Amino acid sequence: MGYVEDKVDGMPAVLRTVPEAAWRDALRKMILVRRFEESAEQAYMRGLIHGTMHLSIGQEASAIGMTMLLSDDDYITSTHRGHGHCIGKGADPKRMFAEFFGKETGYCHGRGGSMHIADVSRGNLGANGIVAGGLPIAVGAALSVKKQGRDSVVVCFFGDGANNEGAFHESLNFAAIWKLPVIFVCENNRYGMSMSVDRSTAVSHVSQRAASYDMPGVTIDGNRLIDVLQAAEEAISRARAGGGPTLIECETYRIRGHSKSDRNRYRTREEIESWGARDPIALFEKQLLEWGFVDDAAVQAMRADVEDEIKAGLDFAQESPAPRIDELTRDVYTAAAHAPQRGTAQ
Amino acid sequence: MNTATSQARELTYAQAINEALAIALERDDRVFLMGEDIGVYGGAFQVTGGLYERFGPERVMDTPIAELAGAGIAVGAAMTGSRPVYEFQFSDFATLAMEQIVNQAAKMRYMLGGGVSVPVVMRFPAGSGTGAAAQHSQSLEAWFAHVPGLKVVQPSTPHDAKGMLLAALDDPDPVMIFEHKLLYKSKGVVPEGYYVEPLDKAVVRRTGEDVTIVATSIMSVRALEAAETLAQDGIDAEVVDLRSIRPIDRQAIIDSVRKTSRLICVYEGVRQLGIGSEIAAIVSEGEAFDALDAPIVRLGGADCPLPYNPQLERAAVPQVDDIVDAARRLVGGRI
Repeated sequence: MGYVEDKVDGMPAVLRTVPEAAWRDALRKMILVRRFEESAEQAYMRGLIHGTMHLSIGQEASAIGMTMLLSDDDYITSTHRGHGHCIGKGADPKRMFAEFFGKETGYCHGRGGSMHIADVSRGNLGANGIVAGGLPIAVGAALSVKKQGRDSVVVCFFGDGANNEGAFHESLNFAAIWKLPVIFVCENNRYGMSMSVDRSTAVSHVSQRAASYDMPGVTIDGNRLIDVLQAAEEAISRARAGGGPTLIECETYRIRGHSKSDRNRYRTREEIESWGARDPIALFEKQLLEWGFVDDAAVQAMRADVEDEIKAGLDFAQESPAPRIDELTRDVYTAAAHAPQRGTAQ
Repeated sequence: MNTATSQARELTYAQAINEALAIALERDDRVFLMGEDIGVYGGAFQVTGGLYERFGPERVMDTPIAELAGAGIAVGAAMTGSRPVYEFQFSDFATLAMEQIVNQAAKMRYMLGGGVSVPVVMRFPAGSGTGAAAQHSQSLEAWFAHVPGLKVVQPSTPHDAKGMLLAALDDPDPVMIFEHKLLYKSKGVVPEGYYVEPLDKAVVRRTGEDVTIVATSIMSVRALEAAETLAQDGIDAEVVDLRSIRPIDRQAIIDSVRKTSRLICVYEGVRQLGIGSEIAAIVSEGEAFDALDAPIVRLGGADCPLPYNPQLERAAVPQVDDIVDAARRLVGGRI
């Protein structure tokens, strides 16, 4: 665990490559993800949202750290626990809330809900309701990138549950034999629904799987944004330079249950509380305070600003129109007028 | 330049697909092919022969035996500006890739609110008659036709095999092309150069007055042969080659049945809950119902896995004689 210590004046080397404003933006985004999910959960409890949702509370560092260095020309594929990835890749919370509320103004026009929210225009190829469903798609996007001679990369998020799916193994092999610019990011939050990774997985670290596919594999502290960023920078640089794929395992923990039906029978209160004490937002905030990138007043202002954005987002969602019933079958197929010349997602 | 000669040029069904792929690779640098043994080997049915030599390994990509990711990579590439054609070695192997086809390719556009299109083409060598038994002989196209978001076609002639493949490559949505393996060596006139055939229109292969035979894939070839025999009995059969089963050309079926008042559906997939069931429903529910003079007949695959023994294998799917027999009994008032 941990990153290679290469410190300049007591600070990690990665600090030299990221401007100060980006650090503050990262902290703000982590707070935004947290408050987005807490607010969505509240709206669910109040009966304003139906269906289900999978919250990533406690996992914000891997989502934001892995997307910090990406531009709109880079792609991600996400998971059922994808709100953090979505915000990290530049989505507007107000349209995410609208999707939660099933409204026409949502990113999926109310057709997708929590499990499919994505701003495709920012390079997000979709959250995904199928465990490991996004891995082949990520590799396919990386193949496009290589064929088109672009220097974009694809960051492919998945959970520990996915590492035992066939799609995981097939995808890593394809990416390796074709040396594709894809970064496989396993957010190991210790449980695939109720089954612990210790019981489900033959190796002690998911990153060991990389050896089978002759690619670098690392396990990092996924609750420390600086560690995530350091691993991300190394893997992204390698991918952009034509060095092929990397497997990064972010060790983290989901504080909430798997979904809204979870009664936490498979883990102890002590375990949850011990991870709660390693809250990634608190850890990163403390670091920024220590380094002098923010002060208490700045953090308070940031939190107030996030609250305003959340409130405005919720208002927007509630006031937005519902989809029209007579447009039930819209977008099953591409209308001739919308047929893409070169795929709409690039 | 002898135009008449060039227009009468005959190719096999496999050659016609090969020519379509070559034209697509030539005219559109977004197009590439993926599949098992499609490179130097030329594909299990030699459909891609020579393309590797001509276009190289970046455009004609051999894949590991990993259909789930193979199909999914084609989906991901299609979402990001590429035009992949993924060849399943046998349509049966699509069972290994159903997740990516059904959950991802078919639904991605809808789930994402129209934010993306998935212009992927998948090719499926299908059907029985090669002695390959239960895991290499199935006709599973009806499964795919049950999934909104996919387009599913079954060209029956070399002409259509080329034109529909080129149309599929110009289509913004996922197109599944089912190619009957026994058709690969069949010959027919194929125009030179680029042309497209629609992905949503049936074709009347033979006009007739007494009975409509709606057939898919190789069954439309068998239905035409049956119609010649029936003509000697004074039975004038109309043969409608459905060509596409999603979308389905409802009007072509209705128009023909209103003319002949009798309907036989012939398809190789398992008879129950098959394509013929849908065709029968279209007629029963619609404006052709009143035109019917006799019950609808469905000829489809037997209710068993495809067997190895050649006599059993023949008995498991409709043959020309079965179509002739059904038409005679139907027109003779014996059904």
